Amino acid sequence: MPGIEDLYREIILDHYRAPRNQGELPVPPARKAEGFNPLCGDEVVLYLDIDGETVRDVKISGQGCSISQASSSMMSAAVKGKPVGEARKLIRAFKALMSIHESKLEGDEEGDGEPGDALDGVRLGDLEALQGVVKFPVRIKCATLAWNTLQQGLDEAVDA
Amino acid sequence: MSEPAGAVATPFDTASVQRDFPILERDVHGKRLVYLDSASSSQKPRAVLDAMEHHARHHYANVHRGVYAISEESTAAYEGARKKVARFLGARSWREIVFTKNVTEAINLVAYSWARANLREGDAVVVTEMEHHANIVPWHILAAERGVELRWLPITDDYRLDTGPLAELLDGAKLLAVSAMSNVLGTLNEIRPLADAAHAAGARILVDAAQAVPHMPVDVQGWDADFVGFTGHKMLGPTGIGGLWAREELLDAMPPFLGGGEMISDVRVDGFTPNELPWKFEAGTMPFVEASGLAAAIDYLDALGMDAVREHEKVLTGYTLEALAERFGDHLTIYGPRDVEARGGAISFLFDGIHAHDISQVLDEDAVCVRAGHHCAKPLMRVLGVSATTRASFYVYNDEADADALVESLATAEKFFAV
Repeated sequence: MPGIEDLYREIILDHYRAPRNQGELPVPPARKAEGFNPLCGDEVVLYLDIDGETVRDVKISGQGCSISQASSSMMSAAVKGKPVGEARKLIRAFKALMSIHESKLEGDEEGDGEPGDALDGVRLGDLEALQGVVKFPVRIKCATLAWNTLQQGLDEAVDA
Repeated sequence: MSEPAGAVATPFDTASVQRDFPILERDVHGKRLVYLDSASSSQKPRAVLDAMEHHARHHYANVHRGVYAISEESTAAYEGARKKVARFLGARSWREIVFTKNVTEAINLVAYSWARANLREGDAVVVTEMEHHANIVPWHILAAERGVELRWLPITDDYRLDTGPLAELLDGAKLLAVSAMSNVLGTLNEIRPLADAAHAAGARILVDAAQAVPHMPVDVQGWDADFVGFTGHKMLGPTGIGGLWAREELLDAMPPFLGGGEMISDVRVDGFTPNELPWKFEAGTMPFVEASGLAAAIDYLDALGMDAVREHEKVLTGYTLEALAERFGDHLTIYGPRDVEARGGAISFLFDGIHAHDISQVLDEDAVCVRAGHHCAKPLMRVLGVSATTRASFYVYNDEADADALVESLATAEKFFAV
């Protein structure tokens, strides 16, 4: 049986206790994206300042459990200052880490492999600490909430 | 572990009750299962499991259909269950009991049948801030479809209904929809005065009794209610069966809800004639095996006595509230009345700065099962200013060792997440 130490790794608790990039950005010029986890009431409000092809600044507010808060915090640190294309790669890589293989949905047999297959050379760094969440299926949504919200924010920025 | 202050005397032998529930024999993560989520769904005694197996093994045939022995036996069991429910709820007649899937379907039945036949644009429905989504969303749907106004009865700072504005809210309203016991706060709402106020204003009253029927004596006539919804799976019975009690004259005047087999007395190319009560509202093959389980659950509760069930939970709730306050002081907020006379055995709480889900996750390590989340009561969560709470809830098989396990496990969780 997986123990809670697999879930609540020290770095996760650190981000939970001292979340990075908390706050709001003026809208506009920033854009705002909101994500909800209807199951548990977790809520992520994401402010993205996108300058051309770069995520210039990220702020996060909302409320949630340690996993959703830590994942939001780690996500903000990972994408801040990065090109939009790299942020999208991170989203894909993170979802692969959470065992959500997009290629699998498309019937690609190769999706069964290691998360590394989908990482496409992306370095997750601290984010890998969240991999323990996979052993606690109901919490995967907590971990992916911020990333889905980021994806939504980036998509809206492109559509605008 | 220190001995709790004061002896805890409950009105029946909980140890012997526990032996009737096979699931309590298993362990989880190598520890004794401590099930504190009965407000969500209760465990089943062997008698209920056996009753369903017996029905399925020996009398299985569709009800009201076959002219052969086992179909007649199956029908007798099904209608016998209905009579048992009628007596258990204090109905005037078994014709007033319509089986549904659960309370949600019972409320939807009222919303789609009675309300759509009786409410027009500009009419109002009064709901309370402590309702479950099941007693809110059907009225939201009606409001959007018919231009009906939804009015909200607020709660007080001590987690009771604020009846101050009730008369004003009921003015021009056609229905008061209220829970007999909040699934989050545990608050017991006194139904009779609410029914009197509704009737004085010319409105009907619908009672969501999902949390009340399993835990205390209920008398729908004493309540002077018009509609009461209940569900089997929270009262030791199986999933998939619950029901609506309503006054016979109301049911008689209501159009059918779901159309299909069994709910008709005649079908022609140019229309149909609905069946008599209560079958008019029971379309399609009903969960008759589950009805036998529900009947066995009622027998089980009757044998304990509903007064004793209520007393047992009052004692356990009082013990737990005291233990939580003593152990955690103001680190822990309890959302609900402190007076056990005014509340049932569902206790919602939050630690300062620790999310309900994280608490629940750590408790699971100790095989302590509690509910974490918004409890399908998001409007109430907004009033409370929280996104989620942790809820522990008791039933007949819980004892003070379960309450102690909860408190110990919470202490571990608090330490784990300490800033």
